[in-house]
Amino acid sequence: MRQISFCDALNEATRQEMERDPSVFIYGIGVPDHKKIFGSTAGLVEQFGPERCFDTPLCEETMTGFGLGAAIGGMRPIHVHIRVDFLVLAMNQLINMISSYTYSTLGKTRVPLVIRAVVGRGWGQGYQHSKSLHSLFAHIPGLKVVMPTTPHDAKGLLTSAIRDDNPVIFIEHRWLYWAEADVPEEPFAIPLGEGNILREGDDITIVATSWMNIEALRAAEILERRGVSVEIVDPRTIAPLNDSMMVQSVNKTRQCIVADNDWIDCGFSAEVATRVYEKCFNRLKSPITRIGFAPTPCPTVRTLENEFYPNAITIIRSVEEKLGLSPTDLSGEEFYSHEKRFKGPF
Amino acid sequence: MPKNISRNRSAVISSESLSLDLYRKLYMTRRAEEFIIEYYHEDDMKTPMHMSMGEEAIAVGVCHALGLDNQIWTSYRTHAAFLAKTEDTEQFFGELYGKVTGVSAGKAGSMHLADPSKGYMAASAVVASILPSAVGMAFANKSNATGHISCVFFGDGALDEGVFWESLNLACVMDLPVLFVCEDNRLSVHTPTHIRQGYNSITDVVSRFSCTVIQESTTDVERIHTITKEAMNTIHTTRKPVFLHLECYRYLEHVGINEDFDAGYRSKEEYEQWYEWDCVKLQRERLTNQGFSSADLRKVESVIDNQLLTSIRKAQAAPFPQPEELYRGVFYEAD
Repeated sequence: MRQISFCDALNEATRQEMERDPSVFIYGIGVPDHKKIFGSTAGLVEQFGPERCFDTPLCEETMTGFGLGAAIGGMRPIHVHIRVDFLVLAMNQLINMISSYTYSTLGKTRVPLVIRAVVGRGWGQGYQHSKSLHSLFAHIPGLKVVMPTTPHDAKGLLTSAIRDDNPVIFIEHRWLYWAEADVPEEPFAIPLGEGNILREGDDITIVATSWMNIEALRAAEILERRGVSVEIVDPRTIAPLNDSMMVQSVNKTRQCIVADNDWIDCGFSAEVATRVYEKCFNRLKSPITRIGFAPTPCPTVRTLENEFYPNAITIIRSVEEKLGLSPTDLSGEEFYSHEKRFKGPF
Repeated sequence: MPKNISRNRSAVISSESLSLDLYRKLYMTRRAEEFIIEYYHEDDMKTPMHMSMGEEAIAVGVCHALGLDNQIWTSYRTHAAFLAKTEDTEQFFGELYGKVTGVSAGKAGSMHLADPSKGYMAASAVVASILPSAVGMAFANKSNATGHISCVFFGDGALDEGVFWESLNLACVMDLPVLFVCEDNRLSVHTPTHIRQGYNSITDVVSRFSCTVIQESTTDVERIHTITKEAMNTIHTTRKPVFLHLECYRYLEHVGINEDFDAGYRSKEEYEQWYEWDCVKLQRERLTNQGFSSADLRKVESVIDNQLLTSIRKAQAAPFPQPEELYRGVFYEAD
């Protein structure tokens, strides 16, 4: 099968849905400019014109409410933010207006609105260009939250998000943009609310989100050499959360780590851990371990940033502790960084 | 007080049927709220009431001009707009009583009364938050070439919010068919303009944007109806938004059914000056001058009174939603 990048998968899903449905349009700050949101909106203004692919004033709140109005009016807007952090300016619209609109009409009104937002990391992104915030959005009933990891999921889930009749916040990690994998050329949709087993294993389950799946995969490769078999569950849809796959996995492995691409406290990892405790309590051999960002704002300088983010090493050490293993010798092992990009394969 | 009402109260000549239609709606909105005042103490309408009383001519005049096809969006002060747009007194009282017969089965209450099927798209309880959606709907109208106008009502308090200026700017820069209707009662809850506005004139500032600004200080529903029709024509011909600035006066407290002239933030004299030009009285006088007898008018009024009372009785008798209704409709449900 043909291999394309995560970025090109997003682009292809958008283009194919815009071709399929004339009510789909895409907008946001910088969407049609020469940089094209890291290339993810390349070719769209050229193919569909400025009526269906356009730049906007710097007014995130208004452009978000604008999307709600357009969606109520029968359009299918895709609003793009080059950083998740900018979505904070739109929280009033998301939480007060968008989340409750369908409910106010007794479920009778479609709000087919997609909000894409990119998580930044590395090269000095600092504390206002690096947030993920999926837990914040997932806390609000009426909003769907999706976080793809693979190029295949990027295309299939974005297609579903665009076709969904509800508001979907679609969070894309910048470091995943370079990843390449097999992606079907024809349009396809992955249902929202279905997880994915990224790697099968028997000894321990790692439930991971977004970039943390890549770190978990690297950890699993290294641990495999010691005979430790890791299962990685990517929920893909954060809200509404379907926990059946993670519960099934933990019932099998009886060990669970949650590696979330976010802060820990009151976060998605707490939600996952609680669900697993509620449904696998008697099966667990040890308390669930949670891995996430340090409880600080994200620093700019690399040395501190490296301390801020958990990585494959954090995961390996956690697995060793849970399974009572001696520390693996990691000298000579390579790990991902902003410069040493993950490009696949999965 | 209203400045540009003709001293000759019957100077505006219009068709009797229009005058009567507008009076019916004005009377309905006023009487509906009088009934709310009468029944509120029973504590069965458990929803915060932001009363339209005193300001009804704007909702009635604008909504009557817009008809059913054009869309409206409002703040939490919904009563006059809802009745002017939908004339559905059963869904109105059903919603206020929180019953299944309400337009949102009691989930919306007074602050979110709306009916998208009749073009009342939404009502927000967070000041100015509704404006961007009105602009987005206008974009959909323009993209689909429906010819419809998206009209948003807001108070002068909304201009204190950044999202107002963002929305105005967006509608202007994108040439969208939006009718902005500023209901200026010079109060944000109890806070007067001199504490809130670092400029002298709303219309001066707004007129610097690429839109048409129309200003009136009137309680005359027919005048408001006329300028709304003009505004709609202007939107169709210029393909730009129109900003309608209309002064008005809130008779009652910000939220609740009582007067609050003893609170110290405004005077009873000011109210009395405005009440002299009360919109319902004024329109009734016009009909009298057009030849309607007192008996004719009482007949019209009693039909509405009976309709309202019947709607209240039905709402009182209707069932509350079942517990499972709580979980319905968080997401879209296909029929």
